[in-house]
Amino acid sequence: MSRPAAPDAHGSVAHQREEAPMSRPARALDLGLVSCHACGLVCEDVLERQGRVPCPRCGAALHRRKPDSLARTWALLIAALILYIPANVLPVMYTSLLGSGSDSTILSGVVAFWSTGSYGIALVIFIASVAVPCGKFLSLGLLLASTRRGSSWARRERSKLYRMVEVVGYWSMLDVLVVAVVAALIRFHGLADIEPRVGILYFGVVVILTMLSAMSFDPRLIWDGKDE
Amino acid sequence: MLKSFTNLVVCEHCDATYTRVALAPGEVARCGQCDAVLYRASLLDVDRWLALTVAAAVAFVIANVSPVVKISLQGLHSQATLWQSAAALAHGPAAPIAVPTALAIIVVPFMQVSLLLWVLGHARRGGRRAPGFRLAMRMLAGLRPWSMVEVALLGILVSVIKLSSMVEVAPGAGIWATAALMILITIVASRDIHWLWEFTDRGRPRGEGRS
Repeated sequence: MSRPAAPDAHGSVAHQREEAPMSRPARALDLGLVSCHACGLVCEDVLERQGRVPCPRCGAALHRRKPDSLARTWALLIAALILYIPANVLPVMYTSLLGSGSDSTILSGVVAFWSTGSYGIALVIFIASVAVPCGKFLSLGLLLASTRRGSSWARRERSKLYRMVEVVGYWSMLDVLVVAVVAALIRFHGLADIEPRVGILYFGVVVILTMLSAMSFDPRLIWDGKDE
Repeated sequence: MLKSFTNLVVCEHCDATYTRVALAPGEVARCGQCDAVLYRASLLDVDRWLALTVAAAVAFVIANVSPVVKISLQGLHSQATLWQSAAALAHGPAAPIAVPTALAIIVVPFMQVSLLLWVLGHARRGGRRAPGFRLAMRMLAGLRPWSMVEVALLGILVSVIKLSSMVEVAPGAGIWATAALMILITIVASRDIHWLWEFTDRGRPRGEGRS
């Protein structure tokens, strides 16, 4: 329903672009403005004079940039990366059928679907629990490394990459929910039982940590370096 | 009092600053520098928005009261609701993960719907700000990334397929309600809630500030 409006379809946006076609639009930082991260209100920047300034509209603390963005993003990302190992090695689920039980890991679940010919569902689980987390590690690592160097390389694309990480990230919780639903349903004592195992705890924590990591990253830092 | 500029908008992804322009309903303003969405003009007025939020509340109740999946195995039956699914994680060594799961699929959607009912219910009476409006709006912004109804629905569908080779599976009423809740909550609790600030701004005629 919503049609994307090209920047030049709108007066002021087009105006700014036309005035200086080769240079970037004015930044809030240079104009002495700061926008509230919670409600979006644009305020005058008095953070220099007063340490902590609440937004006059919603009361959230104003920041020019997210505090300690790069350090926090790195810390959460590394923690997630470390926990991703037990998440994949340890079993996430225990299935017992007529007395004989077996543990399954995330990857063995994917393989089981693939080998029985359920390629579609194997792909969905593979994307949600392997491709998305690994893609997030790589993307955030790339964003962090290039931002620390103040690189002006592919800024627009890096901004888009960040937005993709934000949108896609929480789909990894899929595996946790599958284990939850399956364990809630299959509890025919002795005949068939499915129980969650500790691997799913590590996996869930990995997803939460990568989400927090992506939230701590401030995409404005991508644009803060000098132009080439 | 800190000076603020409601006629300006700053791109939260690259810090580019623009003057706001009025948009037709459904139109989107994008940043010319990084292509992020700056703001959009909602297709909904407050009454319609509230109506959809009430519908979301009804869907939420049904989704949580009725079982999402029913199964049977050699004459034995079993069924699970959303809450029972989250609670099933609470047994054994992985127990702590039950808490964020219950938050993401039950508590957060519940809070989103309740806060919106509160805020919109007051706003429709002459653009009034509800008691605790500031806190409610900040909470709505903060809760959004943690609401995972759509992931829950996909999880239920994957579970159905996973179990269908082993047992007889039938969808419960909860699965349809979860699907409806997913669509409704995406519409009502989306990122366009910002314009409620302008809509409820005293001293302005109603309906202005939607841009």
